[in-house]
Amino acid sequence: MENIEIDNQELVISIKDLKKSFGNLNVLNGINIDVLKGENIAILGRSGSGKSVLIKIISGLLKPDSGLVKVLGQEVDKITEKELQALRMKIGFSFQSSALYDSMSVRENLEFPLVRNKRELNEKEVNEAIESVLDDVGLSQTINQMPSELSGGQKKRIGIARTLILKPEIMLYDEPTSGLDPITCIEINNLILKVQQQYKTSSIIITHDLTCAKITANKVAILLDGKFLTIGNFKEVFSSNDANVKAFHDYNFIEKNENTEK
Amino acid sequence: MQSNLKKTGVDTENKYLISKSIDDFFGGIYNVSVFIIRFFREAFSAPVEWKEIINQCYQVGYQSLALVSLTGFITGIVFTKQSRPSLSAFGANSWLPSLVTIAIIRALAPLITSLIAAGKVGSNMGAELGSMKVTEQIDAMEVSATNPFKFLVVTRITAITLMMPILILYTGLVGMMGAYLNVHQNESTSFLGFVASAFKSIVFIDIFSSIFKATCYGFTIGVAGCYQGYYAQNGTQGVGRAANMAVVLSMFLIFIEEMIIVQVVNGFR
Ligand SMILES: Nc1ncnc2c1ncn2[C@@H]1O[C@H](COP(=O)(O)OP(=O)(O)OP(=O)(O)O)[C@@H](O)[C@H]1O
Ligand SMILES: [Mg+2]
Repeated sequence: MENIEIDNQELVISIKDLKKSFGNLNVLNGINIDVLKGENIAILGRSGSGKSVLIKIISGLLKPDSGLVKVLGQEVDKITEKELQALRMKIGFSFQSSALYDSMSVRENLEFPLVRNKRELNEKEVNEAIESVLDDVGLSQTINQMPSELSGGQKKRIGIARTLILKPEIMLYDEPTSGLDPITCIEINNLILKVQQQYKTSSIIITHDLTCAKITANKVAILLDGKFLTIGNFKEVFSSNDANVKAFHDYNFIEKNENTEK
Repeated sequence: MQSNLKKTGVDTENKYLISKSIDDFFGGIYNVSVFIIRFFREAFSAPVEWKEIINQCYQVGYQSLALVSLTGFITGIVFTKQSRPSLSAFGANSWLPSLVTIAIIRALAPLITSLIAAGKVGSNMGAELGSMKVTEQIDAMEVSATNPFKFLVVTRITAITLMMPILILYTGLVGMMGAYLNVHQNESTSFLGFVASAFKSIVFIDIFSSIFKATCYGFTIGVAGCYQGYYAQNGTQGVGRAANMAVVLSMFLIFIEEMIIVQVVNGFR
């Protein structure tokens, strides 16, 4: 699958001078980023640099200390509870830990957001929707399994399916490929691209995995010390001589060589 | 503010610690009040999660039934056995059924059942919600535009508040069976005779106050368990703490409520 070209200018996420700290710890310190409609942006950054915090702010799970966070034209921290609910139906959040409901089967996991948000659906339509997203993530056979019986990669994909079932306009992926083998990574990367094309989503993909960023993203942003060091397409960003950028590239590069040698 | 105070020496630091724990205490009371108000607001707003409420009622019953049966029965036997000598001293053995009934229905059944429920159901709520919190399952519900408070908290508190009166009446009955067994062995009283003298001593306000207590204790256990779990922090350690605090807090509150309710009910008697 190929990266799709983005030629429109419609903003779905717009963040200006966002700051967030926990106690004395300044995590985000002046974040500026715009996400265009249909675009995938990969965010790279060291562990603890505040990537998860950033997308939690975008989805309204955390409140920013200051700055502007506009999602689909609405300021997430200023809208009412009702408006936030409505906005969240358009945002899919794939958690770093998958966060499947472990007391429920795969079917119940997928059913949970659907029947509560789309009460007009009858049983047949609900079943069809469940089967269709499971088919999209390629895990139809797991429908009656419990999350504890799934592998890490399967959990990630069910987590993505659970957000797709509401047909989101924006997808936020928190480290979709971490802890997975290279082949499963490729599957997840392809799934992210498929979601972008089939569901017409705009996405933010948090990752440490440059291959993932290269394949899935139209733009790459590097988060360092609470700010974006650079934002641009993959080539632009990694042709830079900045030591911090190079460190990321070299690590992945060396690892890739080792993998191919084996 | 914290760092400023720390710089000015040991003395202020100690004062700061004391004022911090007072802050925490009142902050805690404030947070629990907000939690309870939210419960009532969301419990009475549509749509109601009936299916999950029924499931939770079943869980509460299933978790505590065996233990309350055993404890109720044994308490009935032991209490009767231990009370006999003091009544015998006055030759008042025939009063045994009424004495035991009053003790079981007014005091023992509500206390035993709620303490067991605090240990079994309350800790379970704390642990279950706590682990859902720390594994981001509650966040996941929130971002998928569903209401985790309604699905997890409202259903659990409602279920235990509804189930406690049933459980307490059940424990009372089981306890009286234990008492009857012991009375029957020693005084060879007939079952009907036992029942007749047992119920002669019980008035409506006894049953009513037991049910009222049960409802309060059930609500207390539910709020303590869910509050601790819903706001659990710091990974697995936080889950353990939530389960533990759920039990400690609900037992503590149950004893305080018991004292208050007994005073009030005796005023009506
Ligand atoms: N709820 C919170 N309360 C206090 N501190 C927090 C909270 N959430 C995050 N932090 C702190 O914010 C910093 C950034 O955390 P975050 O989870 O965003 O890192 P990350 O970039 O996603 O790292 P990783 O790649 O390991 O997932 C960390 O130092 C963390 O301790
Ligand atoms: Mg993270």
